[in-house]
Amino acid sequence: MANRRIDEATNTETVGHEWDGIEELNTPLPRWWLWTFYGCIAFAIGYSVAYPAWPMLTRGTEGTLGWTSRGQLDKDLKAQAAERAQTVAALAQVPIEKLPEDPELMRAAVAGGAAAFKVNCVQCHGAGAAGSKGFPNLNDDDWLWGGDLKTIEVTLTHGIRQPGDKQTRTSAMPAFGKDGILTPPQVQDVASYVLTLSGKEKASAAAQRGAGLFQANCAICHGPDGKGLRQFGAPNLGDAIWLYGGTRDDVVAQVTNPKHGVMPAWGGKLSPVTIKMLAAYVHSLGGGEQAPQPAAPAAAPAPGATATPTTTATPVATPPTAQQ
Amino acid sequence: MNNPEKIIPVEDQPLSLYAKREPVFNRRIDGKFRRLKWAIMIVCLAVYWITPWIRWDRGPYAPNQAVLIDLAHRRFYMFGIEIWPQEFYFVAGLLIMAGIGLFLVTSAVGRAWCGYACPQTVWTDLFQHIDRLIDGDRNARFRLYKAPWGPAKIARRLLKWSIYLAISFATGGAWIFYFADAPTLQHEFWTGTAAPVAYATTFVLTMTTFVLGGFMREQVCIYMCPWPRIQTAMLDEKSLLVTYKDWRGEPRGSLKKAEKNPGQFGDCIDCNQCVAVCPTGIDIREGPQIGCITCALCIDACDRVMKETGRPRGLIDYATLEDSEREKAGEPPTRHLKLIWRPRTILYFCVWGGIGLALLFMLGTRVHTDLTVAKDRNPPYILMSDGSVRNAYTLRLRNMEGRPRVMEVSIEGLPGAVMWSEDTGRDNAARTLRRTVAADETQSMRAYVVVPAGTPSQEFRFRLQSLDEQRETDTTEAKIDTPGGE
Repeated sequence: MANRRIDEATNTETVGHEWDGIEELNTPLPRWWLWTFYGCIAFAIGYSVAYPAWPMLTRGTEGTLGWTSRGQLDKDLKAQAAERAQTVAALAQVPIEKLPEDPELMRAAVAGGAAAFKVNCVQCHGAGAAGSKGFPNLNDDDWLWGGDLKTIEVTLTHGIRQPGDKQTRTSAMPAFGKDGILTPPQVQDVASYVLTLSGKEKASAAAQRGAGLFQANCAICHGPDGKGLRQFGAPNLGDAIWLYGGTRDDVVAQVTNPKHGVMPAWGGKLSPVTIKMLAAYVHSLGGGEQAPQPAAPAAAPAPGATATPTTTATPVATPPTAQQ
Repeated sequence: MNNPEKIIPVEDQPLSLYAKREPVFNRRIDGKFRRLKWAIMIVCLAVYWITPWIRWDRGPYAPNQAVLIDLAHRRFYMFGIEIWPQEFYFVAGLLIMAGIGLFLVTSAVGRAWCGYACPQTVWTDLFQHIDRLIDGDRNARFRLYKAPWGPAKIARRLLKWSIYLAISFATGGAWIFYFADAPTLQHEFWTGTAAPVAYATTFVLTMTTFVLGGFMREQVCIYMCPWPRIQTAMLDEKSLLVTYKDWRGEPRGSLKKAEKNPGQFGDCIDCNQCVAVCPTGIDIREGPQIGCITCALCIDACDRVMKETGRPRGLIDYATLEDSEREKAGEPPTRHLKLIWRPRTILYFCVWGGIGLALLFMLGTRVHTDLTVAKDRNPPYILMSDGSVRNAYTLRLRNMEGRPRVMEVSIEGLPGAVMWSEDTGRDNAARTLRRTVAADETQSMRAYVVVPAGTPSQEFRFRLQSLDEQRETDTTEAKIDTPGGE
């Protein structure tokens, strides 16, 4: 094997191996390459001393510089927080009603809210905040509990139908069909009437019968004209937006055995500033409303007093339904 | 194969793949090509060092530096031209022109770029003059090179390298002024408040200039640069080369020999002056070679010797391969000017000029407004409580003029549609929206387009118009989605 010799043609030593008559020249490495290689080795030794490198039995070597990726992330996060501190402090200071007066702060709040939305809200409301059946679309101009900044903030803080939160948004529609308040034909009549409100069905004898039933059973929350009442989170039945679907079957199902959506009370989970930013973001999606004027109709409750106890919301009502 | 007679005899020294560099100590020479080289060197260096300091008034909204590559704001200013990132094809066009320009020059006058204008040549030339200034001419430098290291040699070397370093620093330092306002950056640079990248760039370019110009020199041309290899493929029998006219010079012999044996020797007196002045250290008499950058200093040297010995000039001269054959056969060579006019050079020139004219045309006719539209896809549409349907779009209004402009966005097509934005509010929805776009900026805005219930999904257009005397417009296609489907 070790048959090193000088190759005549090139005057270079061979490596001494032969494969079927093919031999290899022991050509020296180019110097620049060799020195780069040595340089890399030196660097690697220095690096593995200074930085975490070698796996040991229980944990790796730590490196003399004490660098960790976790520590690096922590440092980056702290730096980010420090960068935002001023904006966050300003947001904490300003009451949400006054936020639109500072467009720059508003923009910052919307941007921050968009980020927080992606973490906390998209699970139900969707990435585009368009919701789905049973989960409201936040882009449109239809609001169950109100769409001005302050009201949205209250809804976010206290959630919807959250037991244990005294100010939570809550109401319960009676299960008219299931509990026997209305007979199935009566439920059909009410559905006929409700569907005429938005022009989905034409006036009919059934609808006429339903009108009377509606005034007796439904108008207290949904209003005599079916326009809804935000105080109770009672939806407007005369518009094009249906949270639980707008077909006859959907309406009949809802009157028979209604569904009640819930939302966490984010006040216990997120900081007030984050909630403020979320409210600003949701308000900015294209459906946000102006805060009600002080001289607004009495029907609109003052923003601070929107928390309506269930007892007043369902005076006429009927056995409390299991909350969903 | 194993015929012992065919075995190449083993030489005493083992053959090595490594060739140690032979340092070049080129002699001072004067002549018409040397003077041309001086002129081009001064022009090149002056252009490089002065350009960033030229001021150019663009009004209050734009920088007043004539040539500025503003990476932070993504603008490229060149005198009256301002290029935005999306117009980078102008820069690409200029680079293509530079490339074809090199082809043109190469096919017309050979490796003139290498010989005169290439930065490597210019700075090497400059550094070789520093060598001459500090250490003396060829022989003195050779002696110093051979001399053992002692205080005198160390002092000289340190002085020379300091000057190298100073020139390198001026070279590397000047580069950064192309990327920021030069006077401001200079002040920041010396007070230590400039961006770290400015110092890093200066350091890197100082060191590359120091090493490439001070030490590597002709090795860059011979081993590192791809351009000579490309040129090898581009040169043809009609390209001008620096040619030693061997049919006239050979056999070479000293003056004494020639006097003793008249008629037996050629014009070359074997004085080696052509080798002595060569900045890349080659012997041109060996024929065309990759080490020859056609700087023509050997022509200057040989012409002087021919003059002193009373022989006609041009033993070494610019000549084409074709003319060499003609001259060998005793025919007169083609005039050099005539060489330039041939199909290849004309074709290159036409392509080069065509691209230039096209760029100028595009520059002259480009519109200084632009509208881009990005539709929200999640959700594709939003049903409103009154049954109407809303789509959201992000519009980008671009104002490429150096002054603020009022612009109007309007909906084209889409009957019954209105739009609004955060600043106008839902209640003021209309067919048009107006915005003032700041000078030289792109403004992003959200537009909510609302169509009546029952409108089918369809295409329409946004139209942007500047409300000034120019009335520039730009129209962009968009689509509206509704639950009504197609």
